[in-house]
Amino acid sequence: MLNFPLWKQILTWLAVAAGLALAVPNLYYVQVEAHNDAAKSVEEAGFATTEQQAALDQWPDWMPSGLVNLGLDLRGGAHLLAEVQVTDVYKARMDGLWPQLRDALRDVRDQVGSVRRQPTQVAHELRVEIENAAGMAAAVEAARALASNVITLTGVGQSDLDVTAEGNVLIVQLSEAERAQVDQRTIQQSLEIIRTRVDTAGTREPTIQRQGADRILIQVPGIGSAAELKALIGTTAKLTFNPVVRRGTSEDQTPGAGNISLPSMDEEGVWYTVEEVPVVSGEDLTNAKGDFDQNGRPAVSFQFDARGARAFGDYTAQNIGAPFAIVLDGEVISAPVIQSHIPGGSGIITGNFTVEEANRLAVLLSAGALPATMTFLEERTIGPELGQDSIDAGRVATLVAAGSVSVLMIASYGLFGVFAVVALAINLGLIFGIMSMIGATLTLPGIAGLVLTIGMAVDANVLIYERIRDEIRNGAKNAARAIELGFERALSAIMDANVTTLITAGVLFFLGAGPIRGFAVTLAIGIVTSVFTAINVTRLIVTYWHNRRRPKTLVV
Amino acid sequence: MAWRFKLAPDKTSFDFFRWQWVTFGGSLMLSVMAIVAWAVMGLNYGIDFKGGTTIRTESTVAVDVGAYRDALQGLPLGDISITEVFDPNFADDQHVTMIRIAAEDEAEAVTPEQIQQVEEVLRAAIDPNMTFPSVESVGPKVSGELVWTSVLSLIVTSVAIMIYMWLRFEWQFGVGAVLALLHDVIITIGVFAIFQIKFDLTIVAALLTILGYSINDTVVVFDRLRENLQKYKQMPLREVMNLSVNETLARTLMTALTTLLAVGAMLIFGGDVLRGFSLAIFLGVLFGTYSSVYVAKNIVLFIGLDRSDKAKKSGTPDEFANIDA
Repeated sequence: MLNFPLWKQILTWLAVAAGLALAVPNLYYVQVEAHNDAAKSVEEAGFATTEQQAALDQWPDWMPSGLVNLGLDLRGGAHLLAEVQVTDVYKARMDGLWPQLRDALRDVRDQVGSVRRQPTQVAHELRVEIENAAGMAAAVEAARALASNVITLTGVGQSDLDVTAEGNVLIVQLSEAERAQVDQRTIQQSLEIIRTRVDTAGTREPTIQRQGADRILIQVPGIGSAAELKALIGTTAKLTFNPVVRRGTSEDQTPGAGNISLPSMDEEGVWYTVEEVPVVSGEDLTNAKGDFDQNGRPAVSFQFDARGARAFGDYTAQNIGAPFAIVLDGEVISAPVIQSHIPGGSGIITGNFTVEEANRLAVLLSAGALPATMTFLEERTIGPELGQDSIDAGRVATLVAAGSVSVLMIASYGLFGVFAVVALAINLGLIFGIMSMIGATLTLPGIAGLVLTIGMAVDANVLIYERIRDEIRNGAKNAARAIELGFERALSAIMDANVTTLITAGVLFFLGAGPIRGFAVTLAIGIVTSVFTAINVTRLIVTYWHNRRRPKTLVV
Repeated sequence: MAWRFKLAPDKTSFDFFRWQWVTFGGSLMLSVMAIVAWAVMGLNYGIDFKGGTTIRTESTVAVDVGAYRDALQGLPLGDISITEVFDPNFADDQHVTMIRIAAEDEAEAVTPEQIQQVEEVLRAAIDPNMTFPSVESVGPKVSGELVWTSVLSLIVTSVAIMIYMWLRFEWQFGVGAVLALLHDVIITIGVFAIFQIKFDLTIVAALLTILGYSINDTVVVFDRLRENLQKYKQMPLREVMNLSVNETLARTLMTALTTLLAVGAMLIFGGDVLRGFSLAIFLGVLFGTYSSVYVAKNIVLFIGLDRSDKAKKSGTPDEFANIDA
């Protein structure tokens, strides 16, 4: 008589039943997916259309409806790895600081003399040459007065500016703490803005994640190509209003210090030389929408926040009659002449827009500009047909693998082989059940992991059966004893063998990316479930069989 | 006694050390050859490691690589290589190629305009209905990091396995097991070098999987060895090792066969995208099985075991047996 406590039997069967129930929705992937999509939009909208109701009816609500996510390589879609150029933000900060510093130094002019900004290669640095080196102490003090404390989680009040001197050059740098802070904020903003833009495009389940210090991973299933995705998120939509210095017909080779030469967006061959530091920028916008100007042409109307409104109001009041440029992503949309003081902080941008372009620009402007440009380090597009081919191939491979391993197991171990095959089937079901439950993603290498698991999962059974054979040969006193010893003695080998594989899966998970991570997840889940089915489920089946048949001799 | 398919007789008593100089020497030689091939011929690195772009083309027109090359000749692109892809899953009129464009130095991933150009040129020259089921670009910056991550992951896994083996067994076992693993991985890499099969990130995943599988095999032998060392305290180490390998031979062969069947199914039916991956695992399982019989324990024998020390660890072998299964 083999013993298997009742509570353990119940727990084992419950676990199996739960796992299999969770796996079932994957057999009806299309219906369940439609059901889930409909359920989601119904919940948002509060009512169901006829179509949605039909989709809802395809799958009963009381059934589990979790599905294994399909990775990009199976579903098709685009993958981008972007690097955010945080130095852009440093540079903007230093450019913004220069007028303030210049004013501060003017106050101590009697000690430092005249000042001049020097060019520098370092983005987070401002170098100022002063005429009178003896006044450096005063200059440093004036610069330090501009610094404020960085508020960090650790609460250590570090200054945001490091001020040093080198001969007659005053060097102001963003401190390390401030740069870390800026990085954090920049990435966070970029993530949010990308999310908004991808969401407006209405694709399903995009993945937008920060990776490492300054990278963002974007995966969007179902989108046509990486180029399309790039167009959607890659546009910085950086809007600035800059004072115009002069207008020309070719690029200005000598724009002068603090000025840059920018091409016009609509007028061929027209270049504007503008002051590099903007009066106001898109960050100060609170709202933008597609609109029409007084002549009925498409335009974008916008509203500044309080700070932007004040800066814009002051500037227009002081510069009536002068032109200013509206610059979008390095191109001048238009350069109207200021007719009068513009208070209230609202305005309208006219250019050669179509209605669509105006609306798109408005969306980009209100979502906010990306705080920094992004460079794309990795782009992948996988067509949906290729994904479907891979799924089909994976399905065939899985069936062939399972079939041939089953035949081999039954030929080798007879009835016990059948038990192992039952355990293998349950194992496959459990893998899908657990993956659906935790919302894991199945990738192409993941399918390979699944196939590999089929081959390796029976290993535990083989170990146990061979051990039972050994015990019979070594004269175990009866069948029950041989089975018991076989299971017990094989355990340490099973554990050691599987823990080592689990270690490998762990390393793969932490160091791998995308598809490989999917492989690691499938492999790890496969290891855990295969140990469970080999030890618990097989043992339970063998116990039932033994207790019913009571064999005198055991043939494994 | 019912009929059973058997890979090995019930009781074997092969002397696995008898041809030691052939088997172990052969392993050593193969490893050296693999390293030489790797050093001399180099690996056919994919874009994951070298940067660049791959474009998969699909057309109903039979592939003439020369025509593709001629079509792309005029474009201002880096080195281009074109290979036709074959797979039993393809339909008769499904002709697939992979076009690889090397990364220009310092450049980022190839621009969308360049890719569009390639697509237009091919549609014009070969087949107006040509489709491009996948386009992948990796910039040199990322590929450099991926190389480093891959090497790191192989090292971390090896060290982690060694530590685990040391905790559960003796340190000699850990060294033996890890050297045997390196043997499997190096020879597999050698095969990839000799046949110039594309070596990308998935192959590294396969190599790591080989580590996991092969250690599995070795652990089973070592587990039995540990048990027998206690049982036969007076028997010379070499004989205990032989006995352990013989006792576990049936299982070793059986598991190797089930795994090879599964991986073989994937190699044949799993589609061309995964072929390199499947091949690496298939080879790894072959070498891994061989090395757990012929390599790992030999290394332990060379290092030698302090068997008087066994008394201290006598509790370990049954450690898990007390867990209620």
